[in-house]
Amino acid sequence: MTSTEIAAVRPARTPRRSGPRSTLTRSSGLGLGIAMIWFSALVLIPLAAVVVTAVDGGWDVFWSTVTNGQTAAAIRLTVLTAVGVTAVNVVMGPLIAWVLVRDRFWGKSVLEVMIDIPFALPTVVAGLVLLSLYGQDSPLGVDVANTRMAVFLAFLFVTLPFVVRMVQPVLEELDRDVEEAAASLGASRFTTFRRIVLPSLAPAIAAGAALSFARGVSEYGSLVLLSGNLPFKTEVTSVRILSSIENDNVPAAAAVATVLLAISLAVIVLLDVIQRRVAARG
Amino acid sequence: MADTLVHAVPDPAPVEEHRRAPRVRRTPTTYVLRFVATAYLFLLVAWPVSLVVVNTFDDGFGSIGSLLADPDMVVALQLSAYVAVWSVVINTLFGVGISLLLVRYEFPGKRLLNALLDIPLSVSPIVVGLALVLVYGGRNGWFGPTLAGWGFQVIFSTPGIIMATTFVALPLMIREIVPVLEEVGIEQEQAAESLGASAAQRFWRITLPSIKWGIVYGVVLTLARSLGEFGAVKVVSGNVLGQTRTATLAVEEKYLNFDPQGAYATAFLLAMVSVACIVVVAIIRPKNHA
Repeated sequence: MTSTEIAAVRPARTPRRSGPRSTLTRSSGLGLGIAMIWFSALVLIPLAAVVVTAVDGGWDVFWSTVTNGQTAAAIRLTVLTAVGVTAVNVVMGPLIAWVLVRDRFWGKSVLEVMIDIPFALPTVVAGLVLLSLYGQDSPLGVDVANTRMAVFLAFLFVTLPFVVRMVQPVLEELDRDVEEAAASLGASRFTTFRRIVLPSLAPAIAAGAALSFARGVSEYGSLVLLSGNLPFKTEVTSVRILSSIENDNVPAAAAVATVLLAISLAVIVLLDVIQRRVAARG
Repeated sequence: MADTLVHAVPDPAPVEEHRRAPRVRRTPTTYVLRFVATAYLFLLVAWPVSLVVVNTFDDGFGSIGSLLADPDMVVALQLSAYVAVWSVVINTLFGVGISLLLVRYEFPGKRLLNALLDIPLSVSPIVVGLALVLVYGGRNGWFGPTLAGWGFQVIFSTPGIIMATTFVALPLMIREIVPVLEEVGIEQEQAAESLGASAAQRFWRITLPSIKWGIVYGVVLTLARSLGEFGAVKVVSGNVLGQTRTATLAVEEKYLNFDPQGAYATAFLLAMVSVACIVVVAIIRPKNHA
């Protein structure tokens, strides 16, 4: 509501908008040019090549590749597992962030470091690490290697930081007087949380969830040792693309890669929308 | 320090108190939440990671020693370090430049560019590898044959590995610097300009020192990400032993070839570097906040 109002007000303030204005000087324009050439050569042209290669074969080829039994099974497994993992993160992320911000106890800084480890650890090492606790020689006696549970576990590990790190700064900034006012007016702790805290955290949770979904869908490294890559069972989309590349079936690889690219683009658009909503709210 | 003082004073009189030292009202819920968070992180992160350390030192320093005695492994570690350094250098130059442009200037397409810069964070590493092969592949790539004609091989060679690694780590530096630049503002630079400082002087004397810490975090994160890249490198490198096999590729190779000791030792070395990076960030970050 408020954001649409602001959007409606904005054009009135600048009556004549003749396209986006540029404040580039000659040297900064040159810098932008060089940066764009590098960015295009490294990112934009290669990604365009993926889409062009996928489209080249025609719609029928694209559709039959993507709906091929084994590929469709891989895409379904990847997306469903990523959804499940994101759901866990939506609950566990704010919970962990809450403990890190509001609680004080010995060893909290260790937890703080642990959150970042999945982000920094090489993915293949992450796979090996999980295999040592949840694989064949598990000291816990839990062996999930080569099962769908392993895919879930690997996604859970690599997506751990996203929601926590998005929610944490928002929670730190949150004005506690409002919560105390609600409490003094007789609101229970649960009501205070649901009516006061949760609405302010919602955009951060949504952004973190989007990132963790995107990361899960695109995951590869942590699965190679852990999931066994069994077709129809534990094979994820990235593995499917790699096997197409290795079999020199580049059009098929590009078709499946385009599906993944579409998912990442959708996530980026969603993030942009969320950020703008938050910025508009002030 | 501050919070122990506050705890010692039972009367919550100071007005400033709620900002610096939150009162912890300990209810059973507090302990339940604390327990759940700690147990979750222990089972998911701490225990598995510590097992790699245990497995590596099963037989003392033997496995690390034999790893470093293997010339192919030394080449792999050197290649990983070399690639990571290049990725850090390229992304630092690009990241600082593009962040300055994004924060200080207006130009058409800025919002689109801002969104596009986030793409590498969410693209699968395998897709990154495929994309680079499609453009720079020696036989069928868009530019590959031309570059090969000039005697420049990208795919299955070191430049390709550097490009793949630079691609995946690209947004990290920008995401660290942009918020800092936005917070610093331009007053100091304008003051310097009015006093007659040249553009270069303003950059080296004012802009750079104010974003110094942002760059440091960016470098650390980029380094950790670059050392650990696996999927994209696997597609573009060709994985030739002693030539284009990086340390992360060696972990997989060793594990699949029934050398778990070697795999654990390599993983330990890589994990040590990334954990060191994280700890460094954790130590310098609060100082900067204060």
